[in-house]
Amino acid sequence: MAIDKQTVKYIAHLARIELEPSELEKLSLQLQDILGFIDKLKKIEVKDISPTSHILAISNVLREDKPKESLPIDKAMENAPQRQGNFFVVPKVIE
Amino acid sequence: MEINKLTAYELIKKQNAGEVTSQEIIDSLKKRTEDVDSKVKAYVRFSDKSFSNLQLTTYNLQLPLRSIPVSIKDNICTEGLNTECCSKILQGFKPPYDATVIRKLKEAGASIFGLKTNMDEFAFGSSTENSCFGPTRNPWNLECVAGGSSGGSAAAVAADEAILALGSDTGGSIRQPASFCGVVGLKPTYGRVSRYGLIAFASSLDQIGPFAKDVRDCALLTQVISGYDPNDSASVEAEVPDYTKALTNEIKGVKIGVPQEYFIQGMDAEVKDIIEEAINKLKGLGASAGQISLAHTEYAVPVYYIIATAEASSNLARFDGVQYGYRYRAGSQSLIDMYNKTRGDAFGDEAKRRIILGTFVLSHGYYDAYYLRALKVRTLIKQDFDAVFKDFDCIVTPTSPTPAFKIKEKIADPLKMYLSDIYTISANLAGIPAISLPCGFTKKGLPVGLQILARPFHEEMLFKVAYAYEQNTPWHKMKPEL
Repeated sequence: MAIDKQTVKYIAHLARIELEPSELEKLSLQLQDILGFIDKLKKIEVKDISPTSHILAISNVLREDKPKESLPIDKAMENAPQRQGNFFVVPKVIE
Repeated sequence: MEINKLTAYELIKKQNAGEVTSQEIIDSLKKRTEDVDSKVKAYVRFSDKSFSNLQLTTYNLQLPLRSIPVSIKDNICTEGLNTECCSKILQGFKPPYDATVIRKLKEAGASIFGLKTNMDEFAFGSSTENSCFGPTRNPWNLECVAGGSSGGSAAAVAADEAILALGSDTGGSIRQPASFCGVVGLKPTYGRVSRYGLIAFASSLDQIGPFAKDVRDCALLTQVISGYDPNDSASVEAEVPDYTKALTNEIKGVKIGVPQEYFIQGMDAEVKDIIEEAINKLKGLGASAGQISLAHTEYAVPVYYIIATAEASSNLARFDGVQYGYRYRAGSQSLIDMYNKTRGDAFGDEAKRRIILGTFVLSHGYYDAYYLRALKVRTLIKQDFDAVFKDFDCIVTPTSPTPAFKIKEKIADPLKMYLSDIYTISANLAGIPAISLPCGFTKKGLPVGLQILARPFHEEMLFKVAYAYEQNTPWHKMKPEL
């Protein structure tokens, strides 16, 4: 599978990462290399194999729907780069 | 007596006998760190202030780690104390809570030392060169890497700047640096140790684990951090046995499997000789060894770099300049622009590479060909181990195909770096526990690590075999000259 610069640029945008032109150049080549290596997986027949998303034999880990103590708002927000009262401030979303 | 060179077990005995105080332990480590850390660079932040608010609250002779300082990797949350994953994007982040392992350490009487140890950014790497603070150096040869991603924790213990340390292991990030630095490191079974408060890299693979100077200390620290935690939905309600009971120095009848696929090209000739000698030693102690096959070994690295990057791309979506850490501020900008610039500016090269690769393998049109296929091959890799453990008690391999490599040797070639994890990745994919302990030195004086793997939740088998090997060899007593 080849991955071209256009694809890398598109994927980087999906991942919300701005790349410098020189980074895009280098990364495209490196990803081509890595995907070329990964392609060896195509050698294996996996038709009747079920996927393993995690290895534990547990599923649907639920707890009782009871409110518990949570972090005070001030403490939860003290790392915010910008806040106003109990809100995170972000650049304007609607023009 | 150089207090900092003792083990936790020895220090506890000495405290009980009134021969050493908690303050003397801290002072001794502090002095050592001041003397050598400008060379080793195991710690990324270090200040006197760190000790005052971390002094023992109680002095209780019953506590299993009383007054023992433990050094912590920079991706494990410590309340009010910087936890940055050695990334610019988490600059200044002070967690509002302690990780479960930190709470358990405090409850066991331990103190948190150093604040904190160096790592590859977000644990992405095998050399600790991807840290925004620069690389940690190998105490055995300062021109070499300490391994990674938990290179700071491994080097701190090796250089006697730490008594014990915690790291995290997603594809070998505890065992490989333990091997490179000549110390003991364990990746517990997936589900054995709570991941609550570990800043996530790949959630289906991550485990926190210990670094120690010997196997007894490793068992001691594993004991303290293990156990069910309702705050981690992948934590397992299984009893934690008394691991010290496994330290019998008796391995007669233990059946060891040696995978033929691990002794192939790419393996350093000296490493091969040293590992074969170690296997002979285990046989001499009464174990039996037989050749086994882990047929899908060659697929472990590609499977890992699909699954781990896919999970990472999702886990790292939260770093967007809104809730914590760094935000790009220059110029007027839209919200999307702020995300793009914040992440483009603050993530390092390897983080960008992995997030983009992970986004790619999950994206429309590629999901089945890459991600789903990798999950299926993961099943085959796990089945290989299940089959072997029907007939064998444990598996013995090298931890890494080579001893520590030079700084800058592999950093420009990501694929080459990825391949250095070839022997450690499978344990994470299969969820099984694995330990690395020193088993010899190359002619140039670099440590070599022996890896032992066992069935899920059978950490005692690792301690049993590792302890017997260690007690009958001199390697764990060797110290680097700094």
